[in-house]
Parts: sequence; structure tokens; C-alpha cells
Amino acid sequence: MIEIKGLHKSYQMGSNSLHVLKGIDFSVKEGELVSIMGSSGSGKSTLLNILGMLDEADEGDYTLDNVPIKNLNEKIAAQYRNKFLGFIFQSFNLINYKNALDNVSMPLYYQGMKRAERTDRAMHYLEKVGLAQWATHLPSEMSGGQKQRVAIARALASDPKVLLADEPTGALDTKTSYEVMDLIQGINDEGKTILIVTHEPDIAEMTKRIVNLKDGRIIDDTLVNQVKAINHV
Amino acid sequence: MFDVERWQEIFETIGKNKLRTFLTGLSVASGIFILVILLGFSTGIQKGVKTQFAQDAESRVNVWTGVTTKEYAGLNPGRRIQMHNSDYENVNTKFGEALEHKTGLYNIWGGQVNYGNESGNYRIEGANYGQQFIENATLSAGRFLTQKDEDEGVKVAIIGQKVKNDLFKAEDAIGETIKISGINFLVAGVFTDPGGEREESRIFIPLSTAQRVFNAGDKLRSMAFTVKMSENFDEAVALSAAVSQGIEDEIKSRYQISPDDRSAVRVNYNLEEAQKIYSLIDTIRMVFWFVGIGTIIAGVVGVSNIMLIIVKERTKEIGVRKALGALPSSIIGMILQESIFITAIAGFLGLFLGVGLLELIGPQIDSDFIKFPQVDFTTAISTVIILIVAGALAGYIPARRAANIRPIEALRDE
Repeated sequence: MIEIKGLHKSYQMGSNSLHVLKGIDFSVKEGELVSIMGSSGSGKSTLLNILGMLDEADEGDYTLDNVPIKNLNEKIAAQYRNKFLGFIFQSFNLINYKNALDNVSMPLYYQGMKRAERTDRAMHYLEKVGLAQWATHLPSEMSGGQKQRVAIARALASDPKVLLADEPTGALDTKTSYEVMDLIQGINDEGKTILIVTHEPDIAEMTKRIVNLKDGRIIDDTLVNQVKAINHV
Repeated sequence: MFDVERWQEIFETIGKNKLRTFLTGLSVASGIFILVILLGFSTGIQKGVKTQFAQDAESRVNVWTGVTTKEYAGLNPGRRIQMHNSDYENVNTKFGEALEHKTGLYNIWGGQVNYGNESGNYRIEGANYGQQFIENATLSAGRFLTQKDEDEGVKVAIIGQKVKNDLFKAEDAIGETIKISGINFLVAGVFTDPGGEREESRIFIPLSTAQRVFNAGDKLRSMAFTVKMSENFDEAVALSAAVSQGIEDEIKSRYQISPDDRSAVRVNYNLEEAQKIYSLIDTIRMVFWFVGIGTIIAGVVGVSNIMLIIVKERTKEIGVRKALGALPSSIIGMILQESIFITAIAGFLGLFLGVGLLELIGPQIDSDFIKFPQVDFTTAISTVIILIVAGALAGYIPARRAANIRPIEALRDE
């Protein structure tokens, strides 16, 4: 599903050049649930941004679902993001003046889907995350866990190849974190490929594979026995 | 454009910032309002001046003679030049081609006029039938002078509306006899003149009659003509100028007057004045447009400013949208549409207020130089087009900035 070879990325900080990613080789097969771990400054967020086509690598190859991701202009990047990827953010990033249903249907709107069909599909995904009765509520009327579940429904709505989650439990308490992880595991069990960036070991334990990043290099990449979140809720 | 979702978003953002949107809208609305009022008044000025000119035919040419001021061909200055019927005939033969209406004139200032017990002093003008068109007079009753009156020297009088009102009150004047300097004249017609009361306190009698009655022989006080108008205003002005110059030269050579003597023969033509005034009106109109557009620009800059702030505030949201697959064009469209919407609504409000005010007070304004200010359909349409363009301009820079927002920066958690 994801193939990365010799990925380099550096940022210009004034006159200094900061080498963030120093040759990453990494691949993810379909249906995997991978966590990317590392301390801050290890380059994990940069890696995720490049995977999410929000940023471009200086060097190296990136292939997503057999499509080489290269020399993207804004328009093509936007189309690829819409088609291939679903994003889940630490701070949810819901649009605060739109209700849950409208938030979920947003990616479908950008696909050019008709209103009736989008509402139908968005409702389906809201049901899937267990928030059907909250469809007409604004994000401000929901708890953090509910907001993140709406965000997950939004990421799923366009039926992407890969879900990218950047610290999805970073703003949630432990109990809610596990609930969200339970949902993510459920989605993974249905076959969706998911990448999670986190620095919490207990969250990483709930994935199937842990990739450890340090100073821009992968220092460890191991398959683990997945801990089912449902047991901790 | 007809996307329900996008309209909802526009109303959302406007709803969240009512005061700010209102203040911005106000500046656009007042800009359009001022533009409309200014344009209305420039139309008013145009109409007022046109009316001023309408008191005589626009293409009128006048010929007067006076006293020579320069020595010429051995003749001393101070000679009084007196025109005669033969001069009129001569001008007619030479320039008849270019002239439409013509008359020789012999007039008396302050002729005593009586009807029954009523009396008054009026200007008596001996003229022939061409005078009606040269003066732009309209008959309200009876007939005007004819060639037959002229040939037979009949004692008929065509009186102005003012004279009629003074002497006859509500009575019918046609067929009545009035005394002019003690001589009986039959009232054959009553005329009105766009020039108003001053022009209407005159009495026209046949030229031959006037010359006989006032013992003038074949003397003329002045001559008046209209030049044939061509479609093109500039051509008409040029023709008027050429004819005027020709007549002046002709009379100067007949009476041996120095070519540079400005006092002995004076020929003036209305079109020259008209052209000056019309170009003045054009200038005023341009200045008004300039001021109005300037005000609109101030308003548009305000809208642009607000949109920049809105884009800044919504940076994160725009980043999310882009991460979800929004194309740059859809972001630009969103901001542009909002800006055009605010400008258009505010602008139309200003337009309606302006037009409304003009409709309300316009018909009451009727002075010499401003008459019934109003805006015509074309002007209204132009302002609407200006509005749409202004809205698009106001939204363009903020929209570009929004489209350039990089999702990675917008989404960075602080």
C-alpha cells in the first residue's frame, strides 16, 4: 500500500539547515495498523505530513497504492488527498459552525457528490461511530471523545485507502482514548490500512506494528501482539 | 454559485460578524449612494442648461451692426453701420444653401400696447415667418406670421403668452384688436417660448409692417438665421462657424469696414456657446464620476480589508478543507463569492436609496441650472457593473491569500 525509499527532508531555519529525515525506508501493506513513535523532534510528524501529501520530500520515492507521488501541484495533491487519504488530528479540526453531519459530508462535497447522496453516506458513517443521534449537533455541544469520533467518521466518509492519525488520543483522557482506539481497531479489523503517530506507549501497544523513529532515522520496526482496547474500557 | 452549502457558509460568517459586515457594507453603500446622487445632479445640470439653450434654436446665428472703431480705406472710425433689406437679400443669395430659417429684424424696445383699459410696455419685433423656428416659439393659439402678411404688410400681431395674460386675462385674444403705439393690430396668434416670461413678453409683427409703421424705410436692426443641422454635432459647429464668418466678411466688405473691427459687425452663433457648455457639462460629469468612483474605491478597500481578516481568522478551517481535498479554485470561489455578495447587497442598498431620494426630491428641483435631477437606466446598469467588478476586486487578494494557505502550517497545533 505504502512504499517509501530513501526519504530525505530538511528545513531551512534562517541560515541553518535542519536535516529532519535522514533516509527513511518504510513500507506498509494493506490492512496494517502501524504506530509511529518517537520523541518530539524525531521527525515523526514530518513523515506523516509527507505521507499525507501536506509536505513534499526533498529526496526519495513515495508510492501510494501503486501511484507514484511526485511533483504534485496543489490541485492534484488536493485530489489525491481526497481520494486516497483520511486525516485524523489531535485537535479534531472540525469546522465549528457546521453540525456533525455537515462536517462528515465535507470530503464528499469536495468530491462533487450530490447533496442527498452525501447526507445518506455521512449518516451511515456517523452511525458507524455511534453518533447518529448527534447528527445535528454542533462540535461545541460535544465532548472531546465524541468530536474525535465525528472526525474519524469524516476521515472514513470518502472511503480512503489509508487513514493517517496524528496523535488521535493526544487531547483525550485515558478512558476516552481507549474508546477511540477501540473504534480505530474495529475499523482496522474491517481491512482499512491505518497509520498512527503517537508518543504514548500504551496507545502504540494497541496497534499491530510499532515503528520507532529517532533523529530522523528508523531505529526499530517490530510487529507486536495487539492489545485489544475493549479490555481496558 | 448556486450551491446551497456555499451560501450557507457565507451567511454563517456574515452572521458571526454582523457589526463588522454592516460597517463595511455601509462604506460601499454610501459610495454608491454618493455616486448615484452626483450622477443624478450632473444629469440635472445637463437638463437645466439644455433648457436654457432651448429658448432659441440651437443653431441660431445673429447678425448685429454697430459703430466702426477703426479707420479703413480712408474712412474715419465712428461711422454707424446700418443694414438694409438688400443686405438680408444678399446674405440669402450667398448663403441660402446652408441656412434653414431666416429673418430680418426690426424691433422697438418698450412699445406702448393697449387693449381696452389694460396696457403695458413690450418689445415689438418686426420679423417674418422664419422667426418662429429661430425663436423656438410654440403657438398656443391662432397662427404665426406668414409670407402673405409680409408681402401685403398686414397689421397683425402674434403676442407672447405673458402679453396675452397681462392684457386679456382669461379671455380669448385671437381676433381682438390691440393698439401698438396707437395703431390698431389684429391679434392672430399667441406663442409660448421655452425661455419663459422674458421671452414671452414680446409681440411679433410682419417686418414690412414694422418698417412702415415705425418709419424705418428698409432699415434692419439685425438679422437672424438658423444653420441646417447635420447629424454630427462637430460638423454642425464647423458649418455654423464658417457661415458666421462668411456673413461677417460679406457685410464688412459691403460697408468697407476693417476686417479686424470687432464692434462694427457682430455675428455670434449659439452652437459655439452650446459646444462650450456641453464640454463643460462633460467635464463636470467626469469629475462627478471620478469623485464617486473614488468613494467606491474607499469602500472596496474596506471590504478587501475585512475579507483579509476573515481569511486570517479562518486559516485553520481553510487548512482543514484543503486537507480534506478542497481545490484551490473552490477556496478562491468561496472568498470571492462572499466579497461580491457583501459588496452587491450593500451597493444595491446604496443604489436604491440614491435613486429613491432622487425620485423623491428630483421633481421639486427646477432652477435655472439644475432641472429634475435623476439617473437613467444606463447609469444604473453601469453602477451595478461597477459593483460586481468592485466586489471581485475586493475579494481577489484575500482569496489568493486563502488559496495559498498551506494546510501543514494551518493545522500545526499551537
